[in-house]
Amino acid sequence: MKILVCIKQVPQKDAPLKLNESGTWIREDVSYEVNEPDAYALEEALRQKEKHGGEVVVITAGPVRAQQVLREALAKGADRAIHLEDDKFVQLDSTNTARAIAAAAAEENFDLIVTGLQSDDFGAAQTGVLLAEILGLPHATIIIGIEKTDSGLRLKRELEAGHYQFIDLPTPAVLTIQSGINKLRYASLIGIKQAKNKPLRKVAWAEVEPKLSKNLQQIERLYVPVKQKKTEMIEGPAAEVARKVTEYLKNTARVI
Amino acid sequence: MADTILVVAEQREGKLNRVSLETIAGAQAISKETGWPVEVVLAGSDIGSLAQELAAKAVARVSVLEAPALTTYTSDAYVFALKQFIQEKQPKLVLFPHTYQVRDFAPRLALALDRSLISDAVGYKYENGRLLFTRQMFQGKFAADVSFAGDGPWLATFQIGAFRGDQAEAGSAPVENVTAAVSEGSPRVTPHEVFQEAKQAVDLSQSEVIVAVGRGIKEQKNLALAEELAKALGGEVAASRPICDNGWLPLERQIGSSGQTVAPKLYVALGISGAIQHLVGMKGSRTIVAINKDPEAPIFEIADVGVVGNLFDVVPALTEEIKKAKSA
Ligand SMILES: Cc1cc2nc3c(=O)[nH]c(=O)nc-3n(C[C@H](O)[C@H](O)[C@H](O)COP(=O)(O)OP(=O)(O)OC[C@H]3O[C@@H](n4cnc5c(N)ncnc54)[C@H](O)[C@@H]3O)c2cc1C
Repeated sequence: MKILVCIKQVPQKDAPLKLNESGTWIREDVSYEVNEPDAYALEEALRQKEKHGGEVVVITAGPVRAQQVLREALAKGADRAIHLEDDKFVQLDSTNTARAIAAAAAEENFDLIVTGLQSDDFGAAQTGVLLAEILGLPHATIIIGIEKTDSGLRLKRELEAGHYQFIDLPTPAVLTIQSGINKLRYASLIGIKQAKNKPLRKVAWAEVEPKLSKNLQQIERLYVPVKQKKTEMIEGPAAEVARKVTEYLKNTARVI
Repeated sequence: MADTILVVAEQREGKLNRVSLETIAGAQAISKETGWPVEVVLAGSDIGSLAQELAAKAVARVSVLEAPALTTYTSDAYVFALKQFIQEKQPKLVLFPHTYQVRDFAPRLALALDRSLISDAVGYKYENGRLLFTRQMFQGKFAADVSFAGDGPWLATFQIGAFRGDQAEAGSAPVENVTAAVSEGSPRVTPHEVFQEAKQAVDLSQSEVIVAVGRGIKEQKNLALAEELAKALGGEVAASRPICDNGWLPLERQIGSSGQTVAPKLYVALGISGAIQHLVGMKGSRTIVAINKDPEAPIFEIADVGVVGNLFDVVPALTEEIKKAKSA
């Protein structure tokens, strides 16, 4: 199988985020990491390749810094990478992001395209599904199991509240992958070394721009959400905090 | 044509998904400010009886969009049928609940209509004649007000719990039957039965006290800290999704939208950030205590007591203190 994995670089989970001056986005001087569900999508692609042979290609759209997530993917075992490299890719809505990826990937005729089910920054959960629509492919979302069959794929789909469903899907297809589908691997030292020599193709903004159109949605302002509930905040040395919480549980909440 | 709001209600296997009523409540609220009447559509086959419940809400009309091809959900059949229906009706705004099913087809539907979808909104604002949708960003650390550019229909999904279904205003609406458009090819996806994994050994929904751990616990061996606290409180240990993904605790102890929903007397969250998918599973708890080192963690938004601190210092001290209080 020839598999494309769409991955995104997002701010690190523990990174303290600050608003930019215009209050429309965060300040970019934070640490980044790969979007977690995308890491699971990559792992699944590598496992499918190990089972059935083929090739794993990773793609990302983002500034120069985003190359890091491609290098990590190559170190884990991906064969080559495509980088839609420009600061402007950050400002695209989900539809235009999908258009840009489609433009860079269309000619390659992948058997399978996988990506995380949503990103930890926007959380729109749309890019994978839109990519399927643009490429005219069938798709399935929130996948936690993939098995190759004679006619395509048998997939385990997560539903709400502990429910599941198997579905069959012909390839080529697009899948969005749920966290926990597999156990993530670490890059080996050899892998990290080899990654330096693996091909990384850069695609410039101008090459895909003709395929993009106006963003049909736009962030007007970004802000820290207003607290609705009155939370009693307790800070201080551990022993003092423990005493206060216990008092609350005993006298106010009456649970001990 | 006058502007309308169309709510796309959801059913699965002949059962109305109750979150559809939340979306109707949201649509009614927007309608009060914009003056745009609310209509509802429900897609499926043989679902006339479900439409009655929707028609008992204060909406202008309920359309039952039926075809045998819509009996079991597939994105292909849903996109095809709803695209045609929306193109004929030309509503200004189309609203959905942000369910797994909607996540599966609504982006495709929006693009098929050459329009845009704002997904997972928690609310809206109507400012100087402009409609904005509020969404969480960066896992709830920030919120964003998002606007549509260009002409309607605008599509948006509302997060589960964004509005209260029991506050959807009652009324009486006419029900209209519409034969759904069906594509000539058969759907590319073949769905099989919905099922649950084998019966669970623990039923956390019966627990009065739950101590839940999140990724802040760092390593599997540190779970002992939570177990000791749970023991002191006489409760059960539970977890956020990443802990179960790692296999540190069984799936049956996962709290949230893809796990268990609980409402104990006391819920103690240790090193859990408070992503919405976790909150929906525990926000009904009577008392919530959150311990997190990040003062901005969204979990504090719903906690009764918030401790900003390192759980590795606070939890052992708290366990000791509770033991003392209990033996006193
Ligand atoms: C479709 C879908 C379904 C999902 N279903 C579920 C579900 O059912 N249940 C669920 O839980 N999630 C679910 N998720 C995942 C959810 O979005 C979050 O990713 C997850 O809840 C985060 O878990 P966490 O809070 O443990 O981890 P993080 O978000 O990584 O938070 C860790 C927290 O620990 C704190 N911390 C770190 N170190 C310390 C320390 N020493 N002391 C104190 N605090 C510390 C950090 O400040 C941080 O706030 C789902 C997601 C999707 C997309």
